[in-house]
Amino acid sequence: MIRLLLAVSAGLALAGAASAQNFQPANPECIAPAAPGGGFDLTCRVTSQQLNELGIVKPTIRTTNMPGGIGAVAYNNIQARRPNDPNVIIAVSTGSWVNLAQGKFGRFTENDVRWLGAIGADYGVLAVRKDSPYKTLQDFVDALKKDPGSVTIGAGGTVGSQDWMKPALVAKAAGVDPRKMRYLSYEGGGEALAALLGGTIQAVPGDASEVQGQLEAGEIRVLATFSEERLPGVFANVPTAKEQGYDVQWPIVRGFYAPPKITDEQYAYWVDALKKLNADPKWQKVRTDQGLFAYDLVGPDFDAFAKQRTDAFRKLAAEVGLKTTGN
Amino acid sequence: MEALSSLAFGFSVAFTPFNLALALAGAALGTAIGALPGIGPINAIVLLLPLCFSLKLPPESALILLAGIYYGSGYGGRISSILLNIPGDPGLVMTTLDGYPLARQGRGAAALALSGIGSFVGGTLTVLLLTFLAVPIARLAVAFGPAEYVALMVLAFALLSTMGQGRTAKTWAAICLGLLGAMIGIDGGSGVERFTFGSLEMLGGIDFTTLTIGLFAVSEILIVAEGMRSGAVTHLGSGDRLKIGELVRCLPAMLRATGIGFFLGVLPGTGAAVASALAYTAEKRVSNRNDTFGKGDMRGLAAPETADNAAQTASMVPMLALGIPGSGTTAVMLGALLMYSITPGPLLFTQRPEIAWGLIASMYIGNVMLLVLNLPLVGLFARLLLVPNWILFPGVLGLSFAGVYAATNSMFELLLTTGIGIAAYAMRKMGIPLIPMLIAFVLARLLEDNIRRALSISDGDPMALFSSPVAILFWLLAALTLLVPVLAPHLGRRIRTVSDSEGG
Repeated sequence: MIRLLLAVSAGLALAGAASAQNFQPANPECIAPAAPGGGFDLTCRVTSQQLNELGIVKPTIRTTNMPGGIGAVAYNNIQARRPNDPNVIIAVSTGSWVNLAQGKFGRFTENDVRWLGAIGADYGVLAVRKDSPYKTLQDFVDALKKDPGSVTIGAGGTVGSQDWMKPALVAKAAGVDPRKMRYLSYEGGGEALAALLGGTIQAVPGDASEVQGQLEAGEIRVLATFSEERLPGVFANVPTAKEQGYDVQWPIVRGFYAPPKITDEQYAYWVDALKKLNADPKWQKVRTDQGLFAYDLVGPDFDAFAKQRTDAFRKLAAEVGLKTTGN
Repeated sequence: MEALSSLAFGFSVAFTPFNLALALAGAALGTAIGALPGIGPINAIVLLLPLCFSLKLPPESALILLAGIYYGSGYGGRISSILLNIPGDPGLVMTTLDGYPLARQGRGAAALALSGIGSFVGGTLTVLLLTFLAVPIARLAVAFGPAEYVALMVLAFALLSTMGQGRTAKTWAAICLGLLGAMIGIDGGSGVERFTFGSLEMLGGIDFTTLTIGLFAVSEILIVAEGMRSGAVTHLGSGDRLKIGELVRCLPAMLRATGIGFFLGVLPGTGAAVASALAYTAEKRVSNRNDTFGKGDMRGLAAPETADNAAQTASMVPMLALGIPGSGTTAVMLGALLMYSITPGPLLFTQRPEIAWGLIASMYIGNVMLLVLNLPLVGLFARLLLVPNWILFPGVLGLSFAGVYAATNSMFELLLTTGIGIAAYAMRKMGIPLIPMLIAFVLARLLEDNIRRALSISDGDPMALFSSPVAILFWLLAALTLLVPVLAPHLGRRIRTVSDSEGG
């Protein structure tokens, strides 16, 4: 054990020397802007544990939960109380950008934090029960076109959330008014899946990792993945929406941001840490086991991506008739 | 038979000395954590998750430890519910109703022993049902649609409204306050903000812990402080231990409560709060002949305790059989599985039997362990009340606030807790009962979400709410619950004699 520690710290010293970094976080913290047990919580806990175990970040990273407003409370807390704290990173996902675009984060915008990088992505899927009459995405779209009220869709998010956006984009591409969709919101994806299995709803626009267990067991059929290319593993035989003529993609990117006023050196430290993490084969295995797919985008590229996505969501929300922020 | 051999395999996993020690450690730790007001099972499990990883526990051992904490915190939570009138989690709210009066009568140790036995009965019977019927029951539970949930919630509210005898208007006022309180925050269906007054802290609504601590801990301390000044609060001698006769008299209540707890616990999303509330109110309907409920009736303590544990255990059914969390705590446990790179789902039983069956076997062991661990200690716990009030209550308040802060990391929540406490003090002075308010708060979300779901499926046609036989049954029961107390005096003595001869 001690030998291992020595080896790790020696390796770390070398790595540190190579990138000539002086900043070392003290008592680092990862904020999961949600209650324990959800996606943000897992992102923080798994990532911090791996960053420590692989020796990328030396001091133990503790995870704290700051629930409220799907990330809004944490976003505002950072702005108000800790704008220059270099020892904290905060978990973020595509869902946060959707809310940011709809003005649910208060007066702050996507330009008010420093986006660090992604550690992986999940992808949206459209799932139906194994005995559903819908065999392909086209069947689902045909039913929507014939009578949008005939297909009851349900998922964990509210109207306007990313779970709602996925079928809304399909509907829009097919010329159906998304607001005519019959959409039920549940407390989390698990309850929506229960309602699907029980026959209350007919389709769940969930996430790949969420439905994987049910797909393996043959309880559900996945009509399409909202990814650019086919997903590996149990999803290998599921065509993408694009293959079926509807160019809808919905990656759920998971990553981190840092407070707005940290120095460039501090920013570089965390970006570098995430870069090393994404490159480590051990992390890649853990990531796959979590149901996450590779999404290597860190530093300025991720920053640009976050801003571009938020802006796209703003336009999208306006198009499908939701409230947005003014700018 | 297959279940039996699988269970035997499960015991072979759980009976290794290491896993047994973990189950014991979990149970003991859970009891200690649960006894601290404000730290419910969810927080306890989350606090210990990182420990499981740093100790490099195999997943089945981690799950056994976490399950031990889950049960243990339920056992620990009743200590503060019974002795201090401060429920630690939603399922223990009803425990205070008869548990606290028992403690005030000096029978704290007896109440603790009874609640421990009740929990054991509820937990063990439910694990038995789970062992043999998990998969078919889970299939039935997911078929429970929005219309059935709505009718069930209406029944729950009807029963709740009958809780305050002779104070019907005040009870309804409390229920309405609870419903209103639950509306604060982002609306789950549409994403619209309600009653937040532009405050970001209010976006997530009022946290259950914050509300409970405010309603019970803070207001209790204000009442005690007032009583100390006027000399109304005195020390208690220790009364009789639990007698066998009392226990036997509670058995029918425990069996009824197990049934209710199991049924409600299996349904995804309902949870232990609904189960214990329904078990208490139903038991009161059945057994409250001499108007002893709420004044320290043993059956009024046994019923919610048994139902709470039955429901907690039953919420594992959808998790194990279908990979769908049945409650907040099981959601965290599923999250723990995910951290171990195990995909929870219907295949868990076949792909990782050591996890599924090891956990089930550990539930049997955990229940026995908790009973053995807790029964000898009830006298010790009850001595808590011998601590001078001027130390005890400030200490409890400090721990409560620490608990709220640990869960939310927010100063705002502490202020909110204090504000709620002062309001609750005023309510108690006016004779408005707090428990219907808290239960209504917990149920409101279920009621509202399901009404909305049912009506959006039917395109706004309210007849959908009466569409299934199960739903109609619940509606009828609700109507009876509301109408019988109103009509009974008019029908006169006849009904009373009939029901007495039937029940006797």
